[in-house]
Amino acid sequence: MYLATTDAVAKTSEKSGARRGRVAGPVLALGAVSLVTDISSEMVTAVLPLYFVLQLGLSPLQFGFLDGLYNGVTALVRLAGGYAADRGGRHKLVAGSGYALSALSRLGLLLAGGATAGIGAALAADRVGKGVRTAPRDALISLSSTPDTLGRSFGVHRAMDTTGALLGPLAAFALLWATADAYDAVFVVSFCFGLLGVLLLVLFVPGRREPSVPGRREQPVPRPAAPTAPRPTAPRPRALALLRVPAFRRVLLAASLLGAATIGDAFLYLLLQRRLDFAVSWFPLLPLGAAAVYLLLAVPAGRLADRVGRRTPFLAGHVALLGGYVLLLAPTDGLPLLIGVLLLLGVFYATTDGVLMALATPVVPRERRAGGMAVLQTGQALARLVAAAGFGAAWTLWGVGTALTCAVIALTLALAGAAALLSRIERSP
Amino acid sequence: MTATTPTTSGSLRSRIVTVALATAVLAGVAVAYTLHAAQRAQSADTASEFGLDRGQLYFRSTEAGAGRVARLPAAKGTQAAKGALKARRTTGGPSCERFYAAADTGLCLQRRAGIPPKAYAVVLDDRLREKRRIALTGIPNRARVSASGRMLSWTMFATGDSYAGSSFSTRTSILDTRTGYLIKNMEEIPLTLDGRRYHSPDVNYWGVTFAKDDNRFYATVSTKGRTYLVRGDMRKWAATALRENVECPSLSPDNTRLAFKKRVRKGSRDPWRLYVLDLRTMRERPVAERRNVDDQAAWLDDGTLAYALPGADGRKSDIWSTPADGSGKPVLRVRGGSSPAAVR
Repeated sequence: MYLATTDAVAKTSEKSGARRGRVAGPVLALGAVSLVTDISSEMVTAVLPLYFVLQLGLSPLQFGFLDGLYNGVTALVRLAGGYAADRGGRHKLVAGSGYALSALSRLGLLLAGGATAGIGAALAADRVGKGVRTAPRDALISLSSTPDTLGRSFGVHRAMDTTGALLGPLAAFALLWATADAYDAVFVVSFCFGLLGVLLLVLFVPGRREPSVPGRREQPVPRPAAPTAPRPTAPRPRALALLRVPAFRRVLLAASLLGAATIGDAFLYLLLQRRLDFAVSWFPLLPLGAAAVYLLLAVPAGRLADRVGRRTPFLAGHVALLGGYVLLLAPTDGLPLLIGVLLLLGVFYATTDGVLMALATPVVPRERRAGGMAVLQTGQALARLVAAAGFGAAWTLWGVGTALTCAVIALTLALAGAAALLSRIERSP
Repeated sequence: MTATTPTTSGSLRSRIVTVALATAVLAGVAVAYTLHAAQRAQSADTASEFGLDRGQLYFRSTEAGAGRVARLPAAKGTQAAKGALKARRTTGGPSCERFYAAADTGLCLQRRAGIPPKAYAVVLDDRLREKRRIALTGIPNRARVSASGRMLSWTMFATGDSYAGSSFSTRTSILDTRTGYLIKNMEEIPLTLDGRRYHSPDVNYWGVTFAKDDNRFYATVSTKGRTYLVRGDMRKWAATALRENVECPSLSPDNTRLAFKKRVRKGSRDPWRLYVLDLRTMRERPVAERRNVDDQAAWLDDGTLAYALPGADGRKSDIWSTPADGSGKPVLRVRGGSSPAAVR
């Protein structure tokens, strides 16, 4: 049934001319929304520790507590967001309320002043907003793209998203510099960007009914997936029902398996810093290097995925990550090590983040798209949390060399497992 | 954006006009607010209008002359302290996030906005003029100068960037101003815990306090979720853990007692109380202050502790003092201040 559905979409869109190598309008619109929203949210993320500790005099302990509290919440809310979006195809509404909630949370920060409860509420609102919007947004991207441009669509979106994430901290630090540490100015400007994001979404992202087909539908194919019509055959979306789809289960398992061997960027940067004795003031700039590589390669990686199938780049990206671990174990030093690790990390993100969504799209039926993506993203995120905790424990118990060796072995095994799991998913599109 | 989609209202043109207008309005708000905020900002002039003199209580002002060091005549006893509350502070010292001073040396931890933001430890002479500037990263946290003014130590919170999550770690440095020798991060110091040499990548040190001999020091080390008081030796470059649950130690001027914050409650709600440990008997007792003190206390004299607490009446921070022997009552010392340091 699912394959029939996607085939139908493929045929319709071929006629509507979306094949000419351009990314669909709604995808660009969602990219612009993400760009603007990421400027907004990364502005705040970048200055929050400073704001809490220096301006409000909260102890880092309190900050860590406030921050950590919501990590679990985000995962649960993401599932709820995906589920809600699938009911009646309300992707735009659900994603939009997520964006709006996050934007409003900036005003909450502004009004909360030093009140811990107020700050906690504002942070919670931001996390809930972020959790709610992710899956419906990715579902909208997938629904607005033809199967053969999925990789490119997600690539374009992630490139725009990362651009925002790069610009946000720069904007925030420039503002603090210009205003001599007026954090309220950062919150106000962030709020303005957030609001602009919501507006772009409302005006340029198509809502209900048919986000997928740009143009007229010429094929009266019976569509079991029409989201609004009551369907006697297809039951209402149930979150867990998806797990009974073997192909989806395999993708979920593969992503979680690889996630459980992904130790996390924070550790990689820490290891780099220990290996290289460079000026600590450069430390905050390390993620920018990886993000820049990600930004540059996201679109080419998406195009490649469209051409050769998504499985290959997805696995190759994890091989790049494996290369990063090995590089940290090897006696390489100085600039080659730094550039090598950042480059490989950037390649890893470019070839796995959006590509995973493109990989999963054909195995998730349209009417469960948002829920399916939410399950996938949550599974991956939880697996990564486990990996980070495990690596931290291994480092403490056995030292850094052994811990890294374990990570290399784990990732190699996970890669073998994922390759086996995914081999049956996708023949070339 | 070729085809108009049936579900978004209005033509493409009218939507573009709407977005353009909204962008203009939002940009106007953002720029206006930023300009307003920039005007509000005070110049960060670091030249000090006064120097280090005996009998003065120095602190970072959060009221008049906010962000800069100010001073008041140090008063002894409760009554005199109440009088001092009314005394006019002298403002216009160096601009610092954390400050401490002893004898003829001041230590000022600064942060400068920029891309990326920078932090500095600035060593000041007896006129509070800059002698040496050390580039750092992170958020200024603790600053101490030994009684002679020779040994300096400070702690920075190393914050993860936005990608690295929110776990804080600390980086503590020690500077010998006589030799100019700087230990950027003391976490490599050989540590003995429970009688054995201890290795762990997660050790974090903070809150160093020096003894009169400028060699012995005390500090807090944390590892695997526990905190310990350590005694260190500069010449031997070794540290030994003495007891658990002691943070931010501060050695009394006569070197017989340590004031510290003790964790009395799990979690993040009011976890700390101020205690004093007698180093001869190794007995500890709480002081009269019952509130949550998250500060490295400063000794005003051998009988009095000063520390910062969240301010009353909308002030960011106030400085309080309390007798070190557990008697008496806490007294408000400075309205709108933090980082107290008495120069004796």
